[in-house]
Amino acid sequence: MNIHEYQAKEILNSYGIPIPRGRVALTSDQVERAAKMMGGRCVVKAQIYAGGRGKAGGVKLVHYPEQAQEYGKELFGRTLVTNQTGPQGLRVRRILVEEAVEIAREFYLSITLDRESSRYILIASAEGGMDIEEVANKSPEKIHTLAIDPFTGMRPYQARKIALALGLIGTVCEDCVELIMNLYRACQEKDCALIEINPLVVTKAGWLMAMDAKITFDDNAIYRHREYPDMMDYSQLDPLEINAGKYDLAYIKLNGSIGCLVNGAGLAMATLDVLKEFGGEPANFLDVGGGATREKVAEAFKIILQDHDVKGIFVNIFGGIMRCDVIAHGIIEAASEVNCTLPIVVRMDGSKVEEGKTLLRESGLNVQVGDNLGDAAARIVKMLG
Amino acid sequence: MSILLNKHSRILVQGITGRSGLFHTQQCREYGANIVAGVTPGKGGIHIEGIPVFNTVAEAVKYTDANVSMIFVPPPGAADAILEAADAGLELAVCITEGIPVRDMVPVKAMLQGGKTRLVGPNCPGVITPGECKVGIMPGHIHKKGKIGVVSRSGTLTYEAVKQLTDMGLGQSTCVGIGGDPIIGMHFIDVLQLFNEDQDTEGVFMIGEIGGGAEEAAAEWIRNNMKKPVAAFIAGVTAPQGKRMGHAGAIITGGKGKAEDKIRTLNECGVTVSSSPTRMGESMLEALKASDRVTKVASNVVAKKIKK
Repeated sequence: MNIHEYQAKEILNSYGIPIPRGRVALTSDQVERAAKMMGGRCVVKAQIYAGGRGKAGGVKLVHYPEQAQEYGKELFGRTLVTNQTGPQGLRVRRILVEEAVEIAREFYLSITLDRESSRYILIASAEGGMDIEEVANKSPEKIHTLAIDPFTGMRPYQARKIALALGLIGTVCEDCVELIMNLYRACQEKDCALIEINPLVVTKAGWLMAMDAKITFDDNAIYRHREYPDMMDYSQLDPLEINAGKYDLAYIKLNGSIGCLVNGAGLAMATLDVLKEFGGEPANFLDVGGGATREKVAEAFKIILQDHDVKGIFVNIFGGIMRCDVIAHGIIEAASEVNCTLPIVVRMDGSKVEEGKTLLRESGLNVQVGDNLGDAAARIVKMLG
Repeated sequence: MSILLNKHSRILVQGITGRSGLFHTQQCREYGANIVAGVTPGKGGIHIEGIPVFNTVAEAVKYTDANVSMIFVPPPGAADAILEAADAGLELAVCITEGIPVRDMVPVKAMLQGGKTRLVGPNCPGVITPGECKVGIMPGHIHKKGKIGVVSRSGTLTYEAVKQLTDMGLGQSTCVGIGGDPIIGMHFIDVLQLFNEDQDTEGVFMIGEIGGGAEEAAAEWIRNNMKKPVAAFIAGVTAPQGKRMGHAGAIITGGKGKAEDKIRTLNECGVTVSSSPTRMGESMLEALKASDRVTKVASNVVAKKIKK
């Protein structure tokens, strides 16, 4: 789960990590007022669920409150396209107005899961404010990583090693040790998949400060943080994906015309692959999950049909425990409930396959049944011309 | 021989009194699995479907000599359930549960390292040795006893592959669903190692997907160690970057974890990678032919192919 920069900063702040003074604005008037509070000279930052804002014109240093307001007017409601948003971009609905800070040095600091070692790792670099992937590619020696022991956690001596490796000495080095310890605590207590400060700066006045922050939460842990669902900014998400989430369906909108309904994530991914192989373009990824009940199948149909690019539907269900006649009933009732007239191709396998196929053929729906995965994929592509 | 499970395995079910737990206990038993106990804290002393239920895994082991656990405990308690199974000295824990927070699994994985208990999963369909034993949620009837080992990150995509193999006359020795989470117990390499040493396994079919580097690591291992032919399919060639495709672990981040990279590495290491999910069985046959093992596996497969 993603959150905005300002929310990530609030969390860091609650763990004793210094952040610039700032206020969130929802209108350009609020931007002006916030800028006045900062003394006129401030940084106006679009809040979207993606990076690359600076280069796309989403971050500006302004010198007067009126300037801030004008820029706010420009930004609000605008779709910002960055190198991380994809061509459709993201709408700007919130703006963070922050004090302008004099920066002496910039660092990169993050904690995330390393799948290979099944450990959380700390990543630090004296090349802050840049794309860390680029640094990793061009100058890997400038990246310091530390695998964190799953039982003892982050130790001060380890944090100190990193702080010294970044070239910090004296009180600011001690501050950095404390910051790293707090960062790890935040990462654990908040169930973060990623907690990143880029750049972490040393100000000209000599203080450490998190100038930009990014936090993503582990979706599997949301159940134990009651406040997280309220933190979501739905304007940053595809409405269809939001809907699907409500019914516990994994749905991702793509660009094609063949709606897909599959049980199982691996099979759903393979379904996208096979449709492309046969010359079709999938309109979505959708995993209806283990229990493909009539209700879930109906909801899945509704969500797929809300995408106006969909011209046909491909249902690929490998009924394990679920019998195919039960699944067929589910499809027939669901398609009727939502008045689906689009061509449907069903490929089913498992138990009671023939009974299921017969039910579909006699249902009166515009449905064809595929003999196997390849045959079904070929049929739907053909049906859509 | 097969790996991990056989007809002598004695299985206990953690979370047996839950809806899913009970349903699948019955299904496994119908398939022939020897379910000797259930564990649900607070329900010790009752019998469910004739199976004794205990409060703890240790008790269940003491009274029934169980050596395998099938875990259906919901996410908040699942990581703890795995630790309990390991603490009781079980040989194998198969965790079906999807949705365990990543942070919970980090110390669990570390605890299990070097220990006696093997973990399969979490977020997996389980393990099946066709004709002998099933610990999981897969449909038993599509499987056929044979000599192909199957190892996969997926659930239903595995069934697709198994069906293709069965239809071609290529039965399976053991099928292992390792699961779709970022932190899992046995990885591809761990299972491949067992298949490599198993006298009843002549070839292995691997199913991978986007996210992480497990397939690449497996490819390296295969090149340096594997004595038997391996074929594979990698799902997600068409998956977009940065999106979580259903499984918690199926995500391409920072350009890493792409299907094409996995496919290329596997090819370079001598694995026959199927270009289509419709030809998974065929690619296994190809790999077997290339290493002259077709007749060892199934003589009627050759006959079938010639008939076509």
